[in-house]
Amino acid sequence: MTQSITETQNEIIEEFSLLDGDPEMTNFYIMELGQKLPPLDESQKTEDNIVKGCQSKVWLVPLWAEGKMKFEADSNSAITKGLVSLLVRVFQDQSPNDIIDADLFFIDKIGMNRFIGTQRSNGFAAMIKQVKLAALVNKEREAITRSNQK
Amino acid sequence: MSTENTVVSATQLNIEKIRQDFPILHQEVNGRALVYLDNAATTQKPQVVINALTHYYQQDNANIHRGIHTLAERATAAFEETRQAIHQFINSNEPEEIVFTKGTTDGINLVAATFGRANVQEGDEIVISAMEHHSNIVPWQMLCEEKGANLKVIPVNNKGEVELEEYKKLLSERTKLVSVVYVSNSLGTINPVKEIIDLAHEYGAAVLIDGAQSTAYLDIDVQALNCDFYVFSGHKVFGPTGVGALYGKRRHLEKMPPYQGGGEMIRSVSFEKTTYNDIPYKFEAGTPNIADVVALKAAIEYINQIGKANMRAYEEELLAYAHQRLSEIPGIRMVGTAENKMNVISFVFDDIFHFDIGQMLDTRGIAVRTGHHCTEPLMNRLGVEGTVRASLAVYNTKEEIDQLTEGLHRIVTMMRK
Repeated sequence: MTQSITETQNEIIEEFSLLDGDPEMTNFYIMELGQKLPPLDESQKTEDNIVKGCQSKVWLVPLWAEGKMKFEADSNSAITKGLVSLLVRVFQDQSPNDIIDADLFFIDKIGMNRFIGTQRSNGFAAMIKQVKLAALVNKEREAITRSNQK
Repeated sequence: MSTENTVVSATQLNIEKIRQDFPILHQEVNGRALVYLDNAATTQKPQVVINALTHYYQQDNANIHRGIHTLAERATAAFEETRQAIHQFINSNEPEEIVFTKGTTDGINLVAATFGRANVQEGDEIVISAMEHHSNIVPWQMLCEEKGANLKVIPVNNKGEVELEEYKKLLSERTKLVSVVYVSNSLGTINPVKEIIDLAHEYGAAVLIDGAQSTAYLDIDVQALNCDFYVFSGHKVFGPTGVGALYGKRRHLEKMPPYQGGGEMIRSVSFEKTTYNDIPYKFEAGTPNIADVVALKAAIEYINQIGKANMRAYEEELLAYAHQRLSEIPGIRMVGTAENKMNVISFVFDDIFHFDIGQMLDTRGIAVRTGHHCTEPLMNRLGVEGTVRASLAVYNTKEEIDQLTEGLHRIVTMMRK
């Protein structure tokens, strides 16, 4: 059973609490998380998959399987890759509806804005928007498929 | 305060005492003492400048040039004293050749919108260099688009120096204006502006010098340079933000149409015919940024008191030290290695994104700039997306360079694990 968006967020909050808000250690930890993200195939690094509004390049690829969404992502910045990996982790294998409705309370709880700064916070907001938009598209697609089957 | 300074050996400058003049430097960022190495973006302000601002608002605040009461007299006198100070600071022929602006960008836009509109016609050419800041590119692009004129670009070599031979080939009777930066904000390259100006004049073209980075440290003599326009910003010469100056030769300023319309810039207004004020007021419509103009004088006096030659000597020593220390870091690649350069070190690591380096340095209280530094065409030319830029000022120390070096060592080691 996949854990819920809330459960994953709580898990992240707990992990970050061990870093005591130390900005340097927190950023190193974020980069470590990014390293665990499987590398994106070069063919997926297209203009279409780039998240607009980030200073570094971020590719976010939504995939669709059996009512659940999967995400692959990469970035030319190690820190940004770590940030996008957090989103991938929270939203992996969740339904479009749950993704659309999700309240991302972990961002404030881990004090992200404090250690990544305004520019990156804006970039992170752009990533969230792209994930939610992908979920919305898939929700519509699912509805159309269902109505066609009727 | 005297502007006559004998050059002392760089090590004789009392840097600790100079640091005491800048209250902002004495704070912790992320639990460590602030190391401010973003001086090409803006310099910090000495207490005398902060005091001048406070004094103005506490004692002298009034609108200028119009009132007959005592405060208006005082405010007007203080405002005009700064014009006098800038006139001496860059050695213009007369104070009337100094126009107050919001800063370098504003000055360039003023020249583009007035001199440019009046003198550049269809088929004419404007010459800039490949290392210009966007603010010395976009106003000319806009003008060229409006007029059907063409923008020509002096190429830059791999070291980040303008190619003078190529520049000569670009000049012709069609060239109406050449606009180049004195010192590159991204690389620190000092351009041979005197040669650039003389060559342009052979073809009757006017020359604007972007002095944003050069004015605090290089001796500026606009008459000796013989440039037609010179622009700089207050906030890069230890003065306030939102104020700058445009120098223009009297014969140009007089012929140029006004920039903005409003109060102050007129002689008389009627619905039938409005006549304009003399220079420089013709270009100073509306209530200006009086307080910041007044405080800019304190910044100029501060520089004069230390002496530009002393500051330059110290900075050269600091820059050489920074080059030597930073070269120790595995994988570092310097961007911009001009023979003649000052106070900027730009670098990249091919395996680490510049933005990540900047953010990690910030976690250690070290402020640098990352990105394209508003010079995207230059970054493209040099084959980098952006760089990490450490830019020095007279209050920086070798210990701070050591901290930058240690910080970078740790960051690249951790990130390469």
